[in-house]
Amino acid sequence: MAFEGLSERLQQTIKKMTGKGKVSEQDVKEMTREVRLALLEADVNFKVVKDLVKRIKERAVGQDVMESLTPGQQVIKIVKEELTALMGGEQSKIAVSERPPTVIMMVGLQGAGKTTTTGKLANLLRKKHNRKPLLVAADVYRPAAINQLETLGKQLDLPVFSLGTEASPIDIANQAIDKAKEEHLDYVIIDTAGRLHVDEHLMDELQQIKQNVTPDEIFLVVDSMTGQDAVNVAESFDQQLDVTGVVLTKLDGDTRGGAALSIKAVTNKPIKFAGMGEKLDELEAFHPERMASRILGMGDVLSLIEKAQDNVDQKKAQELEEKMRSATFTFDDFLEQMDQVKSMGPLEDLIGMIPGANKMKGLKNVQFDDKQLVHVEAIIQSMTKKEREDPSLMNASRKKRIAKGSGRPVSEVNRLLKQFDEMKKMMKQMTNMQKGKKGKKGKGFNFPFM
Amino acid sequence: MSFFKKLKDKFSGSEEEHDVSDKYKSGLTKTRDTFSTKINNLVARYRKVDEDFFEDLEEILIQADVGVTTVMDLIDELKMEVKRQNIKDTEGVKDVISEKLVEIYAGEDDITKESLTLKENDLSVYLFVGVNGVGKTTSIGKLAHQLTEQGKKVVLVAGDTFRAGAIEQLQVWGERVGVEVVKHREGSDPSAVIYDGIQAAKSRNADVLLCDTAGRLQNKVNLMNELSKVKRVIEREIPDAPHEVLLVLDATTGQNALSQAKTFAQATNVTGIVLTKLDGTAKGGIVLAIRKELNIPVKFVGLGEKVTDLEAFDAHAFVYGLFADMIESDKA
Repeated sequence: MAFEGLSERLQQTIKKMTGKGKVSEQDVKEMTREVRLALLEADVNFKVVKDLVKRIKERAVGQDVMESLTPGQQVIKIVKEELTALMGGEQSKIAVSERPPTVIMMVGLQGAGKTTTTGKLANLLRKKHNRKPLLVAADVYRPAAINQLETLGKQLDLPVFSLGTEASPIDIANQAIDKAKEEHLDYVIIDTAGRLHVDEHLMDELQQIKQNVTPDEIFLVVDSMTGQDAVNVAESFDQQLDVTGVVLTKLDGDTRGGAALSIKAVTNKPIKFAGMGEKLDELEAFHPERMASRILGMGDVLSLIEKAQDNVDQKKAQELEEKMRSATFTFDDFLEQMDQVKSMGPLEDLIGMIPGANKMKGLKNVQFDDKQLVHVEAIIQSMTKKEREDPSLMNASRKKRIAKGSGRPVSEVNRLLKQFDEMKKMMKQMTNMQKGKKGKKGKGFNFPFM
Repeated sequence: MSFFKKLKDKFSGSEEEHDVSDKYKSGLTKTRDTFSTKINNLVARYRKVDEDFFEDLEEILIQADVGVTTVMDLIDELKMEVKRQNIKDTEGVKDVISEKLVEIYAGEDDITKESLTLKENDLSVYLFVGVNGVGKTTSIGKLAHQLTEQGKKVVLVAGDTFRAGAIEQLQVWGERVGVEVVKHREGSDPSAVIYDGIQAAKSRNADVLLCDTAGRLQNKVNLMNELSKVKRVIEREIPDAPHEVLLVLDATTGQNALSQAKTFAQATNVTGIVLTKLDGTAKGGIVLAIRKELNIPVKFVGLGEKVTDLEAFDAHAFVYGLFADMIESDKA
């Protein structure tokens, strides 16, 4: 399959290695080959990959890897360090002009998500920075582009400046700034039309807008699914406009997003924000380190931990742990736990963030449907208090009643009861393990970091 | 006769075909420049067909977004072919390279052109699907123009009720091309709009109904279910419809396009691909892998922003575009 993580690939390579003890130079070569493939499959540009692999090889051939008992992890560590170094630190600041308004220009190819990002950025400026932005509809080419921005303005209750499709984008930009000054708006975000980086006429138009309004920021908006061509696009736009930052869109998809690395490598401009959904508040600061993990297919552990910390009530978690240990876990606890998981966001997103989850048996092809959670909830809520505490009370007529109450078939009630039982058993095993008894190590949990 | 001569004859054969190849050439200028210049450079740089040669070729193909797996398979096959035919110089290998590329696409059956299913004297329904920002609405506008030119009565239905301005965008295209657009308000149920579209198209005796849908990322299960529902609604109204489900792919997309094709095919049984934005520097090489792995053909390519810039895909023309320089230098 095309989308294997690097850790999986390396594990396979290591398995193939013969002999014991040290890793040979040939083995390192083999491993860097896997690194190269993983990066290419993640859409990192091949030139960027070439440079990276060269550096990684130099470091890997050194003592560290060859004497390590866990060469796979050593290589991953080096790769991740190199990638993180290349991606740079986190930078999501937006310029503030000494003489307002601060002008931001949004540029990019067609369909990258400029207009949506313009709306999201304006929303962010108002909510997080307490600013008053003006949205400027300078895309006079695409049918209804102005309309789209006006609709977003209405949704956000923010002013939108437009002169229709007959005016020149340069005039629109100029007049928008005058208007912002008049009305004491402190940010002007200019949404320009999407264009090909090789379209000289339209690129020239952008340069003219730039000369006229001297923007404080020029954001290049790039689709995170972009392939090898990301390098050409980013290079052209940057050479002609000297962009100040990059916004990566549609990162809530399942792309590895190697384009991020390519763009950073050729422009050396910071990727400042990431579009994480269709809603107008789904623009986040870009996290370079997490992106490095994602490109390597190592799961976004940090995001997961952060989400858990944000949403899980520590006290409740402790109580739960206590219950697990004493095996007095009931359906009520189950319900509570589900609530906490739900508050962390869509289930499929969470699963995707667990490293190695895509290779766990059973999880791979399961479609996570949040509706199933709702069904389970309904079933539990149709149980009496006693039933929730002691599932052994269940008999045919009780099950029938629960099925009726929840509107689910009896077979589903049975399945839930069985699953609950298995869960309890598993908890017992796990707590035994924790107590240091000779419990077997859980199979199937091959975390790439161990 | 060499492969290139065959292609050359094919394209100088008739006026109409000549036009198409010219258009491909102008639209694909950038693609052709980079891709075939590189192959030419490659050929010029190496006298012998050796490991270094294949390594460089591999890089050219990877840069065209063909995808590592496909490239490696192709290189392996090429190596075998070179051995079999005992090709020693790089000139000779040129033919084999392009032959193999067409072969990946065309397969055993040698089908290089795919036409749309058009019902005689009855309504044909085409459903357009794809991720956000690939050019679904624009492609619909262009195809509507093409079908109208052919004398077909076309109706459009604005099934993208989610994105701001999407309905207006289709409306503008409808006015441009001079066809009716069936729409509901923003935020309404897409299946309901599509249902109305079918009824409207039926009562107006239209030949073709083009259904726009909202862009959606393929990993959003609920949105993909919504799309399956739209398709079911169409099926219920007209049992053999939709007659085409066209997945619109952005040529700049990398390896994720394969995942898009897979998931959209599962949800809607995709019958063909519209490859857009091929007039940039992107090469859209991933369609080779999609064809190979999922057997979904490309039916159209978008080569520019004009209403006429939508062409029927032709694998030979595609490869011809990529290798035009080489063919022309062959002539000299």
